[in-house]
Amino acid sequence: MNETQIKEVIINALKRIAPESSPQTLGPDQDVRQTLDIDSYDFLMFLVGLNEALGVEIPEADYGKLVTLDDIVSYLAARVKVSG
Amino acid sequence: MAEFRMPSLGADMESAALVGWRVKPGDHVQRGDVIADVEADKGTFEVQIFEDGIIDQLVVQPSDTRIPVGTVLALLRAEGEPAAQPAERAPSRVERLAPEEARPVEQPVPVQPQVVPVERRLKVSPLARKVAAELGIDLNTVQGTGLHGAIERADVERAAEARKLAAKAALPPAEKAPPLAEKPPAAVVEEKAPPLTAEKAAPSALKTKSAEQQAAMRRAIAAAMSRANREIPHYYLQTHIDMSRALAWLEAENLKRSIKQRLLPAVLLIKAVARALGDVPELNGYWIDDHLEMQEAIHIAFAISLRQGGLITPAIHDADLKSLDELMETLHDLIARTRSGGLRSSELTDGTITVTNLGDMGVETVYGVIYPPQVALVGFGKVTEQTWVENGMIGVRPVITATLAGDHRASDGHRGGQFLDALNRHLQEVEKL
Repeated sequence: MNETQIKEVIINALKRIAPESSPQTLGPDQDVRQTLDIDSYDFLMFLVGLNEALGVEIPEADYGKLVTLDDIVSYLAARVKVSG
Repeated sequence: MAEFRMPSLGADMESAALVGWRVKPGDHVQRGDVIADVEADKGTFEVQIFEDGIIDQLVVQPSDTRIPVGTVLALLRAEGEPAAQPAERAPSRVERLAPEEARPVEQPVPVQPQVVPVERRLKVSPLARKVAAELGIDLNTVQGTGLHGAIERADVERAAEARKLAAKAALPPAEKAPPLAEKPPAAVVEEKAPPLTAEKAAPSALKTKSAEQQAAMRRAIAAAMSRANREIPHYYLQTHIDMSRALAWLEAENLKRSIKQRLLPAVLLIKAVARALGDVPELNGYWIDDHLEMQEAIHIAFAISLRQGGLITPAIHDADLKSLDELMETLHDLIARTRSGGLRSSELTDGTITVTNLGDMGVETVYGVIYPPQVALVGFGKVTEQTWVENGMIGVRPVITATLAGDHRASDGHRGGQFLDALNRHLQEVEKL
């Protein structure tokens, strides 16, 4: 799975928890949770969505590494390759 | 014969439209069953009945008309009790039973579907009072739209109109109604509850509807919060709580779990509040008729904000008796149903205290407004790293600010302080939660 496909998965997962938002327009260095107003419950649901789509388990300790869209894409890209 | 009335789903609800019935005459119902859907200012909710019996008659049919709280929606008979006499259901119809079969008509016993008694001080314009007296309208059922929710003449007239429509709906037009002999009572209403109007509406209509719903939500919140601010003498206390033990425990616990089973810190906070209420029960209850009614059950109303704006505080029943996993499961369920519109009436009315967690927004301290008739609200802010001195040592700890908004009629700062102290203690012994 390449980065474009991963990005698509992320955007779909964000759309599911924030249907009225347009995650496509997120800048690469914008804080995703802050920009889309995602609380900790929704963030957990977002991770569940990513887990279902990509099979990546993200430990709590890594939450801090998932701030911007670029962060999330590269974090997942590294792990999808390893596990896939 | 018992009456099932439009319930009040909280201090901010005056009326609601009956969206659909989930039961038909002849159905057996049990305490807790969902029997109807209503649409109030805050959304669509499932209404439960709190009596066992058999649905005898559906008095009001689903429509867009707002029906005031307290209006009889259905009649319920006990197991073994005969169905209502024709005379009871439609006074204009000819009594068909032979005199010896006729039974004395029972006085309906009101069954309030678990309504928290809401004491209100009404503001009524003199003209509105006069008109209400003329039209025979109970001012308690009227939604005021004037300054500070004052009831004006137009409000009374609207209520009269709503009552007329409700009464009309109760008695089907004589020419359409089949003679009773041809159709058994059980078949009077057979149609299933119609799908929620939102699902049928065209996209453009949906948009208008959602704007209307948001305006209605704001009005509902305005009514409850204005009343709180008017009537409740709030006092505020705050304390900083070292969360290092609690969060370390949570992290270790979550490491063992898959993403889906992870616990959120909010669950620890809710459970700790429930435990602390066990120590200081004065904060768990209602202020009704100038006295405190402490509640034995601890139902924590948890503030859930909606993405489109506004908030709903459904109750987590018996939070003190639930394990952390059960609390997390309940939270999942409540959040999902808050957002999709499937909350039950008991979840809207049963809260004995409110907990609000604004930490996600970066807020450090919450000074909450109590939701009447409750007597306390506990607020949590964001966990931040702060310098912390303990046993003469300076360190950096994750710290949360907990606040208590208390009703000074019901409790004093001393007891409030004891509550926050207990809350802190329980969060230091998180493995015992």
